[in-house]
Amino acid sequence: MSSKTPADPRPLSPFMLGQYYRFQWTSLLSFAHRITGIGLTAGALLVVGWLTAMAGGPKIYAMVGPHITAWYGQILLFCWTWALMYHLGNGVRHLFWDVGMGFDLKTAERSGYAVVLVSLVLTVAAWAVARLA
Amino acid sequence: MSNDLRSPLSRARGLGSAKDGVHHFWVQRVSALALVPLSLWFVFSIAKLATGNTSYAALAYWISAPSVAVTLVLFLAATLYHSMLGVQVVIEDYVAAPASKLTVLMLNKFVHAIAAAAGIFAVLKIALA
Ligand code: HEM
Repeated sequence: MSSKTPADPRPLSPFMLGQYYRFQWTSLLSFAHRITGIGLTAGALLVVGWLTAMAGGPKIYAMVGPHITAWYGQILLFCWTWALMYHLGNGVRHLFWDVGMGFDLKTAERSGYAVVLVSLVLTVAAWAVARLA
Repeated sequence: MSNDLRSPLSRARGLGSAKDGVHHFWVQRVSALALVPLSLWFVFSIAKLATGNTSYAALAYWISAPSVAVTLVLFLAATLYHSMLGVQVVIEDYVAAPASKLTVLMLNKFVHAIAAAAGIFAVLKIALA
């Protein structure tokens, strides 16, 4: 990597999409891994906020709790759990690649479909089990 | 050999241009592996809590069970460490100017360290109350 900003502003990775770079299922998933990674970071900071409010005692927690149980809080929670299950599944896919397994195009495309499916199944299962139990 | 631009010493050290070799790569993978069971546990727990009794007393009671408190501390440590390493890569990819890159990289480390300290302290405070 060059340490200086290039004088000639050539197009870089994210701006290649669409204009110069053919749409591919696998690159969409790769992109989603980064997006969910950032989203999960925001979510992890919210988890810390939740715990900190809990540590502040019932009075302080009363200012936070209603937002979690409100409809928008529940939607956010559902999306966060799905993002985590997707990132987890795709992360395991990464770990297999790292040991040299499943890197050919056919397998990479198929494992991509599997990861999306597994993420949906795990997320729905978590919420369904919670409701039934 | 003769057309390798790296010196034999550099290759023997194996530290590369960033001077930390494969360390970042490796700890990102180790934290990812630790996060597989921890994240599954957390997602199932959160779903259960959110659909059950969400009163302060019920949540505090859940956190104060030793097994839950310890697992929460592990989850926070692994997540925030992994997240710090992950966000670092994103910054390295997109922030080009050296001065702002250094600043944002440091900010990333500070924010994650503060979050980890605050989160773990909160769990211990609730659990030991
Ligand atoms: C709440 C928990 C998590 C957070 C906040 C998080 C955050 C992140 C972030 C920000 C990145 C960088 C993304 C990028 O460079 O494009 C990343 C990468 C990665 N994550 Fe996670 N992650 C979490 C959980 C997991 C889990 C459970 C796994 C399971 C295997 C995992 C596996 C990985 C792997 C393998 C990478 C490297 C991908 C690459 O080389 O491009 N992560 N994570």
